Amino acid sequence: MEDLLVPITVFVLASFAGFEVISKVPPTLHTPLMSGSNAISGITIIGALLAAGVAEGPASQILGFLAVVFATVNVVGGFLVTDRMLGMFRQRDGQR
Amino acid sequence: MSPVLGEYLYLVAVVLFIVGLKRMSSPKTARSGNQMAAVGMLIAVVVTLLDQRIVGYTTIVAGLVVGAAVGAVLARRVEMTAMPQLVALFNGLGGGASALVALIEVHAGAADVRTGVTAAASILIGTVTLTGSLVAFAKLQELVSGAPITYPGQKVGDSLLAVGMVAASVMMIASGGVPAWAWAATAFAAVLGITRVLPIGGADMPVVISFLNSLSGLAAAAAGFVIDSNALIVSGALVGAAGLILTMIMVEAMNRTLGNVLFGAFGGAQEGAYGVDSGRTARRATPEDVAISLAYARSVVVVPGYGLAVAQAQHALKELENELTKRGVEVRYAIHPVAGRMPGHMNVLLAEADVDYDKLFDLEEINRDFPHTDVALVVGANDVVNPLARDDPASPIAGMPILDVDKAKTVVVIKRSLSPGFAGIDNPLFYLDNTLMLFDDARKGLTQIVDAMKDV
Repeated sequence: MEDLLVPITVFVLASFAGFEVISKVPPTLHTPLMSGSNAISGITIIGALLAAGVAEGPASQILGFLAVVFATVNVVGGFLVTDRMLGMFRQRDGQR
Repeated sequence: MSPVLGEYLYLVAVVLFIVGLKRMSSPKTARSGNQMAAVGMLIAVVVTLLDQRIVGYTTIVAGLVVGAAVGAVLARRVEMTAMPQLVALFNGLGGGASALVALIEVHAGAADVRTGVTAAASILIGTVTLTGSLVAFAKLQELVSGAPITYPGQKVGDSLLAVGMVAASVMMIASGGVPAWAWAATAFAAVLGITRVLPIGGADMPVVISFLNSLSGLAAAAAGFVIDSNALIVSGALVGAAGLILTMIMVEAMNRTLGNVLFGAFGGAQEGAYGVDSGRTARRATPEDVAISLAYARSVVVVPGYGLAVAQAQHALKELENELTKRGVEVRYAIHPVAGRMPGHMNVLLAEADVDYDKLFDLEEINRDFPHTDVALVVGANDVVNPLARDDPASPIAGMPILDVDKAKTVVVIKRSLSPGFAGIDNPLFYLDNTLMLFDDARKGLTQIVDAMKDV
């Protein structure tokens, strides 16, 4: 399993980067953080697109289609709804 | 496009994700951060579409069109109160997509041990995320009861499912990727996701959603190991970390452990309420009484709870804030971490009603101020203001951090009845000498107070 060494290193370092970046998010933004990071987890769309693009035979094509649909709903819906929410966070000017 | 250039562009996408998440640390930069992450995703998708391995675009285009349409409609139409179920649904679909990617890889033919192991991880985590999230969605949407659903032999049944899931995965790996074993593992994982979330009560949903969010990230990372994509591994790890942080924050806010939430079937099921003392009486107030005590206060702290969200009362609350501010009363909001159905849910509801986020305070920030507060107005909250958590070590919620509203000079509670909250525990706050109870639905109660205030 030596060939897993590099990807596992990447995974561990990225996890630490994630903890660092996200632990500074204030509670006010926890819901948009969750829906936004959820949209980012839709990155699996890359795998779905490749799988659908190389699929041969009906079974693989159906699975590929479903994978693309699921991931696209996740990505498009996730980013749009996060944008909609963040558009509501306002601060009155000059009232501090 | 050359594969190497593609890899560099994936790196650009991942950097945009990280910078985007970093910008989420302030409301001022959060929106642009989210947009940066979306641009990163667009880059990643375009690079993938230009990949030379792709032979046909029919399936891809069909999937993208359907997915984008469904996602956009859901995102535009959803009510802010329904945000937890929407996020649960998106989580589930992300997990499901990762599982499907791994299943397709297994279908594509002979898998070595490495592919087998990582595909199994992606299938199991992704499938549990999918079905678990669908159950969470159904509970939050009230398609099934929010109360814990338990049945005899549950622990044994779940253990058997887990054993079956692992055994099928081992067979899949050992057989060099026979699809039937992969599907058997998928089936076990699907049922396990359902039976694991059904026994979790509605009040624990903030933890469950956060945890499923973390799992959806891990599923994406596992899929990244399968198809050898650093972009998936890094992004999945980021989301896994984000979900885990939120999970731990929620668990701590309820003074529970993750294991206790996931396996405890807490809330609503207890026989009779803890500590009920029928000898006490609560002081009943009219909207006029409440309007007078609010209008003549200097400082008011509002404690909104889930009852506010259910009654869609956030706009009525904002009207009350406007009315009080006109009279020179200082109005602030105290937000308990588990006030809504997901982390930060209450903040979004108040933002929707145009409440300034500078007026929202966390538990630690505001608790110091309650002794100097004239009126604490509790709207649709119960367990998070229950003094038993602080004062009675024998109480089931002992040690849960609460908002110390009982230290304010006057406490006003708007609540439909004296019934206990999700934890099934009586609340002595309602019987204190300085507590006024207004028995009404949150929205009707607030509207009546606003009307009464105009005559004060």
